[in-house]
Amino acid sequence: MSYLEYRVQTVPTGLRKILHLNWALVLLLTAVACFGFLMLYSVAGGSMHPWAEPQMKRFALGMVGMFVIAMVPIYIWRNVAAVAYAGSVLLLIAVELFGSTGMGAQRWIDLGFMRLQPSELMKITMVMFLAAYYDWLDIRKVSRIFWVILPLFIILLPTFLVLKQPDLGTAILLVAGGGIVMFAAGVHWAYFAVVIAAGAGLVTAVLKSRGTDWQLIKDYQYRRIDTFLDPESDPLGAGYHITQSKIALGSGGFSGRGFMQGTQSRLNFLPEKHTDFIFTTLAEEFGFIGAASLLTLYALIIVFCLASAFTNKDRFASLLTIGIAATFFLFFAVNMSMVMGLAPVVGVPLPLVSYGGSAMLVLLAAFGLIQSAHVHRPRDRS
Amino acid sequence: MRRPTKDTEESARRITRRGLILGGSMIGFMGVLAGRMRYMQVDQAEQFRLLAEENRINIRLIPPARGLIFDRTGTPIAANTQNYRIVIVREDAGDLDETFAKLRKLVPLSDADVERAMREIRRRSPFVPVTIADQLAWEDVSEVAVNAPALPGVTPEVGLTRHYPLGEDFAHVVGYVGPVSDYDLSKLENPDPLLQIPKFQIGKVGLEAKREDVLRGSAGTKRIEVNAGGRVMRELSRLEGKKGADLQLTLDHGLQNFVQARLAGESAASIVMDVHTGDILAIASAPSFDPNLFVRGISVSDYRRLTQNDHRPLADKSVQGTYPPGSTFKIVTALAAHEAGVVTAGETIYCSGYKKLGIRRFHCWKRGGHGFIDLHDSLMRSCDVYYYELAERVGIDRISEMARRLGIGIRHDLPMSAIAEGIAPTKEWKQSSYGESWRVGDSLNAAIGQGFVLASPLQLAVMTARVATGEGIHPRLVKSIDAVEQPVQSDGPLGISPTTLSQVRKAMYSVSNSRRGTAYRSRLLPDDMKLAGKTGTSQVRSVVVDNKNVPWDQRDHALFVCFAPYDNPRIAVSVVIEHGGGGSSAAAPVARDIVARALHGDLPPLDVFPSGERDSIAEIWDAMPLRREDGSFGRSDRA
Repeated sequence: MSYLEYRVQTVPTGLRKILHLNWALVLLLTAVACFGFLMLYSVAGGSMHPWAEPQMKRFALGMVGMFVIAMVPIYIWRNVAAVAYAGSVLLLIAVELFGSTGMGAQRWIDLGFMRLQPSELMKITMVMFLAAYYDWLDIRKVSRIFWVILPLFIILLPTFLVLKQPDLGTAILLVAGGGIVMFAAGVHWAYFAVVIAAGAGLVTAVLKSRGTDWQLIKDYQYRRIDTFLDPESDPLGAGYHITQSKIALGSGGFSGRGFMQGTQSRLNFLPEKHTDFIFTTLAEEFGFIGAASLLTLYALIIVFCLASAFTNKDRFASLLTIGIAATFFLFFAVNMSMVMGLAPVVGVPLPLVSYGGSAMLVLLAAFGLIQSAHVHRPRDRS
Repeated sequence: MRRPTKDTEESARRITRRGLILGGSMIGFMGVLAGRMRYMQVDQAEQFRLLAEENRINIRLIPPARGLIFDRTGTPIAANTQNYRIVIVREDAGDLDETFAKLRKLVPLSDADVERAMREIRRRSPFVPVTIADQLAWEDVSEVAVNAPALPGVTPEVGLTRHYPLGEDFAHVVGYVGPVSDYDLSKLENPDPLLQIPKFQIGKVGLEAKREDVLRGSAGTKRIEVNAGGRVMRELSRLEGKKGADLQLTLDHGLQNFVQARLAGESAASIVMDVHTGDILAIASAPSFDPNLFVRGISVSDYRRLTQNDHRPLADKSVQGTYPPGSTFKIVTALAAHEAGVVTAGETIYCSGYKKLGIRRFHCWKRGGHGFIDLHDSLMRSCDVYYYELAERVGIDRISEMARRLGIGIRHDLPMSAIAEGIAPTKEWKQSSYGESWRVGDSLNAAIGQGFVLASPLQLAVMTARVATGEGIHPRLVKSIDAVEQPVQSDGPLGISPTTLSQVRKAMYSVSNSRRGTAYRSRLLPDDMKLAGKTGTSQVRSVVVDNKNVPWDQRDHALFVCFAPYDNPRIAVSVVIEHGGGGSSAAAPVARDIVARALHGDLPPLDVFPSGERDSIAEIWDAMPLRREDGSFGRSDRA
């Protein structure tokens, strides 16, 4: 057990832990969340209702949760990782059986005070479980075929459940997030090369077979792929959102149209302007300066997380930190690519900025884990 | 299980190595995102901003107020009234069924209205106002306004709609407006964008349609900001349109009302014209209809009632109807023959009761014949044989030439629908229309206004006016457009010798004022009201029958034309009563009353009429549906 390697005496205890938190990270998270409050206030037409105020309360709640989680020693989190994973999977199955139907997909469990999206939770618990798995696994076995297939199941089981909802965005995040943890854990290059090559080959085969004798899928399925890949070919249907989103983004210009002056979001041309497409409002009203600032904040968060992971000698802690940072990165990278028209539209929110309870709370809890790893990192005797 | 330190070190190194690769990729991808942002927001910003502007700004048309139509005294004939309607916005309305239930207690709403509204509500976006009821009374709308708190999402609105305050009186001449139809649009090469406005009213028939060009006005525009759903957020700027021009007509609403009322019950038409200016003072076609029904959108049952009426209320008989002019056409024949010099005024022709042409006999209406008869007596007593003889001598082409000179067989240019040209037949015309050559018998029939000759009441009025003055005046309906006086049109003197004209006028005077005249009973006593007229009875069937005992639609048409006063003509009147029987018995009394009304300027006292006629006239007038000053209808108060 790696905990035995800790110089227990040097790990801070009690309230002294607060001094050892990664405060830079806390400030960065708060700064990003403030961008969110500002935009939610703006898209509501200059009102704290209906979005900005609840979002602030949730952020405050999430911050408290983050601190609490940070106070708990990291090894305890490692020990409950398997249970957390199993619990999340059960919740996903529960949603499948009797969740409420929202936006055409079954995603929520109504807890009374909030709606819980188990798929959000799943992204973190899966990373936790994978990190715990590689912490447990002898590093010499990491690339052996059996020990590679096992984590694949850990990733694919929740992915399958999420796809059934259907929530393509989360499924992509799960696969990519899990893959990144495996990569960080040191699984051999060749596996990734094979998977990527096989995937590319399959896609090529499907696309190439179109119109030939050995066409692999039906025509209507091809048409769906077409609109998915190039939404602008259907300007009033799937392409409407992305076209309007690009107009909003581009019309912001270098310095933006001014706070609360964006015509695209003001006049409802933007879809989901308080959730998935909130970045476009930011880009419209604050221009390139605002959008680049947010991107910089995100980059700094990633840098601080990775720095913390690299300096942490605990295998579970650093894998967890990298995994969570990667998941966080995937969130905003996919979201931004989507609104800028670089990627198809899949339902992925902008982390800490988009309106939404589950995502906010789960993300802050995840950063609580990173903080815990940071606070309880093994330190050299000095 | 304790892990060797070497493994831990190795593992940490490996994680750091892989982590750096990952971190590098992430930062790299963020660089791509930043580059994309820069490209869109800096390099292409102008283009996207243009697109955003196009998105939000819409240009809407502001419909102009339609020009008003007044009579010559300034009384409105076609007005724009406030149209009160109730609209509902679904997203504000709450429970629709409940709202409608409440509304039905306040406003008269049929099941069909509710169903139509519900259908439209379901079809439209929730914020689009849907009209529940249109053309409501002010009282109903104020009820709704008072109860507004209980009716969320329901609001009264006001717009402009056409209204014809004088109802039936001007239905044919002024016509009516209605919403633009696809058919209307299909007829136009380059339609005014205004016509795309839903329910925009354009002239459909009559003056409203013919002078649509000046009445419509031009659209204003407003630039509005809309949101993605098309909801109007605010108005950015506004450019007012130009109101349509107001028309003042030559008609007199009081006289028009009298004429229309005097024709009530008949299928008839009458025109009163100023002989000097050509101003049409009254132009009536009976029965009439309420044009306001068409503005609102006529119901199927109302429409069927109008189309199935054998008196054809929708047809404008005054300009569209053409009739054999009968003996009134003898004026034309007389003038043609005397101008051609084939007969002189004093020359007598023998009427034995018929004229023989080959083996055919052309009968006079008086079987016993009139004996030796000259121009004056032949017109006064309406001898047919005299005109058969004249026709034979002068020939059809010169008769037709005279007819056209007097306004028959030509289309008069009035802003009314489907104005008939009538027929002034020539040899050439028969050849080309029937492929047969003209026979002398055709001339004989034409000479007494039968056979091929057809004239509209308007043409008969023009003929009479031209005979009265000797000037080629043209009828005029529009007196001024936006206070700009329209010119009086005249071809100048007709070129008929004054002697001949005065002889014909003298004979017409005798028709109404000589004891032997065919319209002696329908005379007026005061010197300044003396009529000079001509009766006409045109056959619908070839056999002369007793008009009392045949079905209505087989009776003869009754016609009368006249001008008055004889010694200083002011007005010309034509009256055509379809299947009215005889010109002297049916049409002349009507014309007499109209002349008396027109010259007196109001209902004349009974002592202008011969004492023997006064009781029956009083009886007829009492039964007339005249409009009272307060606008209501009813028996006149001339007690």
